[in-house]
Amino acid sequence: MVELQISNATIGYGKVPVLREISLTVAPGEVLGIVGPNGVGKSTLIKATSGILTPDAGKILIDGHDVCQLSPPERARVMAVVPQAAQLPEAFTVQDVVLMGRTPYLGWLDRESETDYEIASEAMTRTTISHLYNRHVGELSGGEQQRVFIARALAQTPSILLLDEPTAHLDLRHQDDILNLVRSLAVENGLTVVITLHDLNLVARFADRVALLSNGRVRSVGTPEQVLTPEELATVYGINIHVTSHPIHGTPLVLS
Amino acid sequence: MDEMSKVPSKKITAEVQPRVRVSTLTPWLWAVGALVVMIVLSAAIGPVAIPPLVVVKMLLSRLPTLNINVDWPSMFDTILYQIRLPQTALIALTGMALGGSGAAYQGLFRNPLADPYIIGVASGAGLGAVLAMSAHWPTTLLGMVTIPAAAFIGALITVAVVYFLARVGRSTPITTLILSGVAVSAFTSALTSLLMLLSTDQLHRAITWLLGGFSLGGWEPVLAMLPYLGIGMGALFVLGRPLNVLQFGDDQATQLGLNVERLKTVVIVTSSLVAATAVSFSGIIGFVGLVVPHLARLLWGPDYRRLIPLATIFGGAVLLAADIVARTILSPRELPVGVVTAVLGAPFFLWLLRRAKNVRFW
Repeated sequence: MVELQISNATIGYGKVPVLREISLTVAPGEVLGIVGPNGVGKSTLIKATSGILTPDAGKILIDGHDVCQLSPPERARVMAVVPQAAQLPEAFTVQDVVLMGRTPYLGWLDRESETDYEIASEAMTRTTISHLYNRHVGELSGGEQQRVFIARALAQTPSILLLDEPTAHLDLRHQDDILNLVRSLAVENGLTVVITLHDLNLVARFADRVALLSNGRVRSVGTPEQVLTPEELATVYGINIHVTSHPIHGTPLVLS
Repeated sequence: MDEMSKVPSKKITAEVQPRVRVSTLTPWLWAVGALVVMIVLSAAIGPVAIPPLVVVKMLLSRLPTLNINVDWPSMFDTILYQIRLPQTALIALTGMALGGSGAAYQGLFRNPLADPYIIGVASGAGLGAVLAMSAHWPTTLLGMVTIPAAAFIGALITVAVVYFLARVGRSTPITTLILSGVAVSAFTSALTSLLMLLSTDQLHRAITWLLGGFSLGGWEPVLAMLPYLGIGMGALFVLGRPLNVLQFGDDQATQLGLNVERLKTVVIVTSSLVAATAVSFSGIIGFVGLVVPHLARLLWGPDYRRLIPLATIFGGAVLLAADIVARTILSPRELPVGVVTAVLGAPFFLWLLRRAKNVRFW
């Protein structure tokens, strides 16, 4: 049960900041969706939050500790990342990759213990990839690979889960599968979840709160109903947008 | 959601799920078997041929528990223990060092073409070694121990320069790595040639050495190699698991809790130590550090916990085989082994370069 707090953070590569004065708080059990036009800095925010990019100003705090002050293993025990379009060494097996989630708990010279295998096994069960355990990750479909990444993140037994476009290139059913899993991790396991998505309708259905980024700043934060309004979206995306209500879920349904 | 809820009924649970253990024996048997066969053949072949079976008998007779009749000429003992075996051991250790450090470099750079020769470590080590030799050509054991130290410093400087030049942003692309390796190699090789020309009396010996001629002889070089290889290889053997994690790239590895910069430093230092030791005693032998880890990866998979030790053992076998070819193909003339590895290895390198775009086994 760990709270994530991004406090007045300015983040960039080199001199020009991509994101300015970002302040966001995510509570345990909550799913925060990050949306915004392409190139607005959604991935940059994930990188900074996970500690591989140091903010030029401001701080990112997990339970009050500055992530930049923590060592990589200390961070990785609390926070796991499901990266976007990430490098995946094809010849490793699913089990190899999921076991690598145990890295923050193992010294360089340690071997994985029975407990590590059990945790990896549970993570594979949770993501329904147990039957693929000895397959090479390069042979898997996009949806299966995405679940391998999530299983690896779960094997870290984190309190905070960051996901960068986890549904990119997935079909409708796999999108739903992944996002239902993410929701249940927040609701049932009390994980603090930050997820970037470009599909506004998925955010509306699966996020508790939404942060809309525009021009490197947080334009608005709130429930999907509060943030995903035609006026706001038209301003940010620069086109006419209609918002109605999802016939089944009752969540905002965004149409361009 | 359907798929998620269905799964428990399929009884795929933590309890019943079979588990892949990495410790299958077969690869080790193949690698060790190849090494043993090559050691025996290498000891058997020469101007005075000793039948391979006699070599086996002679070696086994050293074991106190076996009673083996001495039915071979006593001359064989002198040839085997004074001439052949030291040579064989030196070649085997050199091949092992090149294979093991090659696998480590490939893992470190996440690049199938990173080997001690191509990224310039070998020529850097060569320059360091020639510098040490030009000061005083050491033939004592103590003198020999100082050569690897000089070669190690040369190798470290070279790999640092190549890595720095090859880096584009946060990655090390194949093209820049090869280009900077070629450029730095050319530079250090030129300096080496200049040094050798200036010390004319040592010229012939140094050229033979640079091509991998193994002309030193005796057990001293073997003994001098052991401490460096023991430390270096020992460290590389235990770094397999973190090297596996590094295959996801720097960012993911950091997010997985790996101290990436520290690991890279340790791997660069240890594999350069190992490669430099090989160069110090055997000259610059190309392509072994490239071909061997590749074959090992093709045959036995990408897991660095196994790949590094397997490439090490297999490297010994491969270099011994190349040396047998070098000694026999133009018999009675002996070719430097570096010529053989280059003739066989360069086409392999080109083939790899062509298929590097869609490598499945990497």
